[in-house]
Amino acid sequence: MKRRTVIVTLACLIAVVALVLVGTVVGSSSLTIMDVAHTLIGAGTPGQQLIVVELRLPRVVAGLLVGIALGLAGALMQTFARNPLATPDIIGVTSGASFGAVAAIVLGGGSYAVGAGLLTLGLPVAAVIGALVTSAVVYGLSWRGGIDSYRLILIGIGATATLTGITSYLISRAQITDAAAAAQWLVGSLSGVSWSSVWPVLVAVLVVTPLALTQTANLEVSQLGDDISTGLGVALQRHRLIIIVCAVVLTATAVSASGPIEFVAFVAPQIARRLARSSRPPLLASALLGAVIVLGADALTRGVLPGEVPVGIITAIVGAPYLIWLLTRRKENLV
Amino acid sequence: MTLEARGVTLAYDKSVVFEGLDLTIDEGRITTLIGANGSGKSTLLKAFGRLLAPSAGTVHLGGHPLRDLPTREIARRLAILPQKPLTPSATSVRDLVSRGRHPHQSLFQPWTPNDTVVVDAALEATGLVELADRDAGSLSGGQLQRAWIALVLAQEAQTILLDEPTTFLDLSHQLDVLELVRQVNHDRAATVVMVLHDLTLAGRYSDRLVVVGEGRVLADGTPWEVLTPATLKRAFDLDAIVIADPSSGTPLVVPAVRS
Amino acid sequence: MLVVLAAIAVVVTVVSLMLGSNLISPAAVFTGLFHPELDVGAIVWGSRVPRTALGLLVGIALGVAGAVMQGQTRNPLADPGILGVSAGASLAVVIGIYVLGTSSILVTLWLALAGATVASVVVFSVAALGRGLSSPVPLAIAGTAVSALLVAFTSYLVLSDETTLAAYRVWVVGSLSGRTLDGAGAALAFAGVGMVFAIANVRSLNALSLGTELATGLGENLLRARIVGLAAVTLLTASAVAITGPIGFVGLTAPHIARALIGGDHRWLLPASALVGASVLLACDVIGRLIGGTAEVSVGVVLTVVGGVAFVAIVRRGKLATL
Repeated sequence: MKRRTVIVTLACLIAVVALVLVGTVVGSSSLTIMDVAHTLIGAGTPGQQLIVVELRLPRVVAGLLVGIALGLAGALMQTFARNPLATPDIIGVTSGASFGAVAAIVLGGGSYAVGAGLLTLGLPVAAVIGALVTSAVVYGLSWRGGIDSYRLILIGIGATATLTGITSYLISRAQITDAAAAAQWLVGSLSGVSWSSVWPVLVAVLVVTPLALTQTANLEVSQLGDDISTGLGVALQRHRLIIIVCAVVLTATAVSASGPIEFVAFVAPQIARRLARSSRPPLLASALLGAVIVLGADALTRGVLPGEVPVGIITAIVGAPYLIWLLTRRKENLV
Repeated sequence: MTLEARGVTLAYDKSVVFEGLDLTIDEGRITTLIGANGSGKSTLLKAFGRLLAPSAGTVHLGGHPLRDLPTREIARRLAILPQKPLTPSATSVRDLVSRGRHPHQSLFQPWTPNDTVVVDAALEATGLVELADRDAGSLSGGQLQRAWIALVLAQEAQTILLDEPTTFLDLSHQLDVLELVRQVNHDRAATVVMVLHDLTLAGRYSDRLVVVGEGRVLADGTPWEVLTPATLKRAFDLDAIVIADPSSGTPLVVPAVRS
Repeated sequence: MLVVLAAIAVVVTVVSLMLGSNLISPAAVFTGLFHPELDVGAIVWGSRVPRTALGLLVGIALGVAGAVMQGQTRNPLADPGILGVSAGASLAVVIGIYVLGTSSILVTLWLALAGATVASVVVFSVAALGRGLSSPVPLAIAGTAVSALLVAFTSYLVLSDETTLAAYRVWVVGSLSGRTLDGAGAALAFAGVGMVFAIANVRSLNALSLGTELATGLGENLLRARIVGLAAVTLLTASAVAITGPIGFVGLTAPHIARALIGGDHRWLLPASALVGASVLLACDVIGRLIGGTAEVSVGVVLTVVGGVAFVAIVRRGKLATL
């Protein structure tokens, strides 16, 4: 890795660690670092135990993992598609997951907010199934003697719009309480996250990240164009399949945990690329920046802002202007 | 490592470009494919470089069908520079050329000192040492083309395929590139197959010319054997005479004056 | 080819007029159109003509807006939604519902227009400030960013009040049902002005398709070309959104279909896009009315399914002319 990339990655890592600490400390009842440390080794009060272990830790860990997953998935897709507008959402992952979840909420009966046992388990599963099926269909539909990234993007957009429309339709027809629950979920939030929804993301991140890193050299070379990459010995179709599977699994599990927090996968890689001044979004830095964004937003909503503003809204409100600022600031042609 | 096409049929979107083509490339020589626009020379080159799969017949490298060889393996023996590669942003010339080492690297051996040596040699051979740290996007057309050739040189393949390597270059740079190609052929005994559109330069820098058109090989031989008024008329619909170039002795195509 | 498209549009229009609580024949439709004083005339003019006319207007407006957008950004993914126009319109409408508790069509219209215009101007300024106008990508990125931001604000408002949510969730699906011609005049006026801008932009769009450098070489004033195009897109999209709520797919697919049939010359592409957009929209509305029975499936939903399938089919055929 180039030196600047290494520096940026390390800086992001430090930021993530700091935010994790902040996340455990901040909240409606504030604790000090010492309180948290005591609780973790089992020496805190039952009240602190509840807050830290049952409420905050799952939330912070979820935020960390979701951010990493989305940041990495975004970096992979944008590099693969050679298009900064490319996000995992474009191949239908997020909309598939949303559709699955909303269908579970609206058709399955019962409100998500209540957290009925079956639904708490069923929702993530429905989301993951929706995401995987959609991605498979999109991938299959764009196969024509191989995958052309252009075709994949276009078909993905088509699938996404269709699914979004059907999801809106379900919401428009549902009971108002179910509709509210579904709409709430669609915004993306870390509140009410439990350990059971964290496991899928954890496994995904641990398995997929190393796999994605093995593709680093191929990603570098594939930027030169399909013909030259093949000429340099990149097994393009296999490389692409791996990238897409990685991105899909990461996004599907992240979305299943927190609902779609879409903006992260778009912004984190772009910011990482500009900071590192590299030709493509660096994988690790993007992942860590994703975590920075999600954790930062969550800390904001719990510590500073009144009321429980969902994380998805904060990430958009904070992420969008920053991206716009970056766009207006840089003179060089990095796009 | 002979490169040969046996009974190859090539089609693009249902229009057949070649049918049942047999062509064996001489090792260690410079072979140039020439032909009118749309005659299929680039298509043929791509088939040789496994970028296009034939709908019938096979292309062989060293006796093995290309489709049976792992692509990485092919890349170590055969390099291809297509017509419009993409220049990534924020990439220095050295970085760009270094990507040519990809087929020789693996997950556990990402970069060795030998790689640096090879890249340096490639930069040296293409006269890009002073520009090595410049952003590739800031190079002129001629300089960038040399960078792409340096990338191909860094690949250290014994067979090199070049698709119109001199397009958009001014004459002096065209000559630079072709002299470089000749040098590589001479120093490494590399087999070179290139597509050129300038007939006189093709005549000057090639050991063998293959004229394609009408879905097959129209003429095949040394420059003097191929560049004849009859062939030029047939393949290019060109009225011309062919004289000996006063400085190089190679065929010089002189188009007839149109009244 | 344009004639064929026009004929298709006419057929779809007639079918749309034929449908309703009772099916009337084409002959009766014509009689009703020209004799509003008759019973059949009352039926035709009562609910069907408004609905069909609005459908035509929205389809044409979105088709043309999409064509201009794609020509401006030279990006086949460009859609008036990407520019943040739809998002701006939606946000303004939601604010209206939230603050004023209103769902009056006329007010909605003006709100949507205001929101859409503000959003587009913001996006355009951002892109212009950034790196000049030579690359289409920053504009698209800026649009996506602004769009996401606006959707976030919208969600926040919507989630905080149940009545707002109830109204919004029905509006956001995109529907022609129950729309009357009140306020249509204003929408038509805005769309009309938008069309004028679009037509004025045609030569620039053709030049832009050669690349900005060659376009400048051909004498195009890039800034002016972008502004005119933007004005066209904003006005057209906002008037469409104000009538039916945000309807997706027409702006994205109509230009692609038109381009496949008629080529990339914008002098033909814009009218073709208009006709394709109108046909597609009305056809989907008809389908929605047919399959839904009494509880009709709104045109926005039908379009997402039909549009999605059609779009995939087009992409797979590989006949997409790259921009």
